This record gives sequence, structure tokens and C-alpha cells, in this order.
Amino acid sequence: MTSAPLPPRASGGPRGFPFAPPLPLFLLQPILKRIVTKIAADNPDMFARLGPHRHEYFLIDPTNMPFKLYLRPDPEALDFRAVARCSEPPHIARISGTFLDLLTLMDAEQDGDALFFSRDLIVTGDTEAVVCLRNALDDVDDPIAESVADMFGAPGRMALNALRRAAENAKKRKEASS
Amino acid sequence: MIKPELICPAGTPAALRSAVDAGADAVYCGFQNATNARNFVGLNFTDAELERSIQYAHDGGTKVLITLNTFPPAGKFDLWQQAADTAARLGADACIVADIAVAEYIQRKHPDMRIHLSVQAAASSPEAIEYYVREFGVKRVVLPRIMTVSEIKTLVEEIPCEVETFIFGNHGLMVEGRCSLTNYVTGQSTNMDGACSPAACVKYERAEDGSMSTKLGEYMIDRFGPEETAGYPTICKGRYKAECREDGYYAFEEPISLNASNMLPDLITAGVHAFKIEGRQRSRAYVKKVVAAFREAVDSIMAGEEPKLADLVALTEGQKQTEGALKTKKWR
Repeated sequence: MTSAPLPPRASGGPRGFPFAPPLPLFLLQPILKRIVTKIAADNPDMFARLGPHRHEYFLIDPTNMPFKLYLRPDPEALDFRAVARCSEPPHIARISGTFLDLLTLMDAEQDGDALFFSRDLIVTGDTEAVVCLRNALDDVDDPIAESVADMFGAPGRMALNALRRAAENAKKRKEASS
Repeated sequence: MIKPELICPAGTPAALRSAVDAGADAVYCGFQNATNARNFVGLNFTDAELERSIQYAHDGGTKVLITLNTFPPAGKFDLWQQAADTAARLGADACIVADIAVAEYIQRKHPDMRIHLSVQAAASSPEAIEYYVREFGVKRVVLPRIMTVSEIKTLVEEIPCEVETFIFGNHGLMVEGRCSLTNYVTGQSTNMDGACSPAACVKYERAEDGSMSTKLGEYMIDRFGPEETAGYPTICKGRYKAECREDGYYAFEEPISLNASNMLPDLITAGVHAFKIEGRQRSRAYVKKVVAAFREAVDSIMAGEEPKLADLVALTEGQKQTEGALKTKKWR
């Protein structure tokens, strides 16, 4: 682990994760940039909760997706990009969970501590930085996922509804099996 | 029969609004400093946030209680004075205090401000509580989580102030306000710095086999197997080896949460004035779900109906729950 805010190396390309050819990542980057810029513009107060950790890079690992997300929540130098699954750029902390768990967490539909207790959320690295990020995101009133979906109009909202249904079904399956 | 107030936690303005919207009668919250016992990074309220939050709560008919529930160290009393002055200036409905000097200051400088005695004061006998009422005008006592319902009922009949009991959340049974376990490892005080297991001292390490170890400072305090549920990284919830046991065991307390939802009718019959939900460090998702569940339960009981109790086990520490000492002293 390191706190050095260095840029990530290039994505793995065809030799990286077998299900992650480089093209989709390139397509994702402008979308992610647009998302983080909008969230920052809509919620300027959230950054105060990050304290000094706003200058650090976080690696967010949706474990069932062919990429990881790389975030620096610095309002002066925002950075949010996808990196290849095999990529391990320098970061202060890593947050891992399924994509749907991370989505519902961001959406304030799930409690981070509860996901941690159940071991569905894994945190390594600088715990204080993660707690700051969690508290900053948790103080955003409007569901972040919904705001993001709205940016893409009807298709965005349809995609979000599909994801939420999938999350609900996954939850039911888990409850039924436990 | 008294209808108990539902006292709900808020670590951020968004959580406060969630609590108000979910039906809290009162929300408790603190400033971003050592004056409260959840002095965690990125949590709590600035003066400006608190002002707007009190307005929001009052517009919704909800009270706001300010936690000043830590003990000022020598030479730092100014911070607690300023916090009390700000709470009064912004129109807070009560201050929750543990320290007698803080209580005396509020009584003297802000005589109209209600004083609630924090659980951190660990007052559980009629004599101790009467002293606080007589000397500092305390209006309500938050009882330590070591009393049975039967003991609470007896106490309610003997003391001249309101009683508040915890009904859900973190289940710390150390003598509250006296626990110094975290100090030995982190150098920070739960009771004076407001930080039990500060996040800067916590490290989680995941092994290849999926197990996870928790470290506080230099010390490993627990290791969870790949399929094992986890708890908070506190010394009191750590697992230790001892000669008398073959494996590591929870020597102090287990990672488990209080859930008194089945005991609400008994607590209401006992004359409890307010039910407290722990969890200012938790997310607004937790606040929304837990407050809504207990709002519905209390309202049902007061209407003479069978309460519908939502399943909250997913939100409990280690995904385990107990009725704790409310039911029996031998709850472990």
C-alpha cells in the first residue's frame, strides 16, 4: 500500500483480464469522468468530510466486474477511471464487494457496517481514509446512483431499475439460502 | 401509560433528516470534536450544519439533543463550554452530559436548557440519580445497559426524573464512562477524546484463504474465518487466548448487538420515558431502517395492537442479537 497519488499504468489490454478488452475501458472513462464531475458539482460540501484523504487514491473493486475503479475525490483534481482487473495502481485503501453491493451502498440502501459484518464488503489499507469516504458519500442526500442514471435519461433510469431488481433478487436468494 | 419518545442517532445532517423523516421523536448528534463520544473522522456536525439541521428537525416536530457526553481533561474545559453555548444559541432541546462540571456550567449559564444524564455517567442507583437531579437539575437519565426490566421498573418508581433506556445497537457493557481499554493501545481516550478504536489505528488484513485479521495499533485483536461474521475492532470485542481455553475466545464481550424489540411492552409498562437507538457512527441506511421499524413497533403497542417487528438482524454486529441484561443478568 502507498499513499503516493500516482497515475495508474495503462490497462491490461488483450493480455489483461480475459473478459476485459481495452476498448470498453476507453469507452467507460468519459462516462466515469462525467459522473464524478456531476456528483462533485452537486455536493460541494461532501469534500470537507474527507479531510486530508481527499488527495488520496482509492481502489474500488467490484469483484464480479471485469474492471476496477480508481478514484481520487479531490475537488481540485477529480479523477475517476476504470482500470483493468489485473491492474494494481498505487492506492491508500481498497474497497471490495460485488457491484450490486457497492451500488446499493452508494445509494444509501445498504449499511456499510452491516456489509462489513457479513463479510460482503472487504476493506484493506488506510481504514481512516475509507471511513472518511464512507461518511462523505453518506451525507449526500439524493441517491447517487439515481442522479447518475438521470444523466443518461430514460436508458439510464431503465438500466438502474434493472440493476436494483437484480440487487433485490440477489438479496432474496441470499436470504432464502441462509 | 406513557408513550416513550424514540431517540435516534445521527452522525451527519443527511442521517438526521432520515431519522426525522422516519418518525424520530428526537435525534441526538454531536460536534466535530472531543466533546462527544463518537468523535470519529468525517462524522458529526459543524455549527452551520447543526443550525440547519435543528431547523429541519423542529419543522418536522422532532427535538434535537446535543451529545456533550465526554469528560473534559484539565485545561481543555473551554471546548465543552463553547459547545454548550453553541447548542443553546442554536436552539437545541437538551444537552446529554456525563461530566459534573459540564452539567454545572449548563445549569448556571443556560438554565432553560434541559440536561440529560448520559449513559457515560454510569448512574444506576436512586441515590446517584437523585444527586444529579438535585445538584444539576437533570431532567432525564440514560440508564447503563446492565439493568433488568424489573430493576428499571423499581428505579422509575423511586427517582424524580425521566428514564431513557437503550433498545437497539452496540452492546457495550463495560462500566460506561470508565472504560480505558482503547487508551492502552492507541493512546486516545474513549471518555476524554471521544474515540474508541479510532480508525487511524485500525487495520484489516485479508489472507489468501479469505480469513481476515483485525489489528488495533500493534496488536491483533481478532481473526475471522472466511465464512465467519465480523464485529467492531474494539478491545472489548476482541478474541484472546488464555490457558483455560483451547482456542481464542471473547474474554470480555462478544460481537453482538442489543435488540429489545420483543421487550418494548415490558419497558413501556415499567414506565420508561424514552427509547434510545445507538449508532451515530452508522449510515443513514441503518438510521432509516431501524428508526422506521421501532416507530411502527411503538405506535402499534400504544394502539393496543400486536407490534410488527421488522427483522433487523442484518444490521446487528456480527449479525447476532441479544436482549442482554434487560432480560437476564446471565445473558451471555
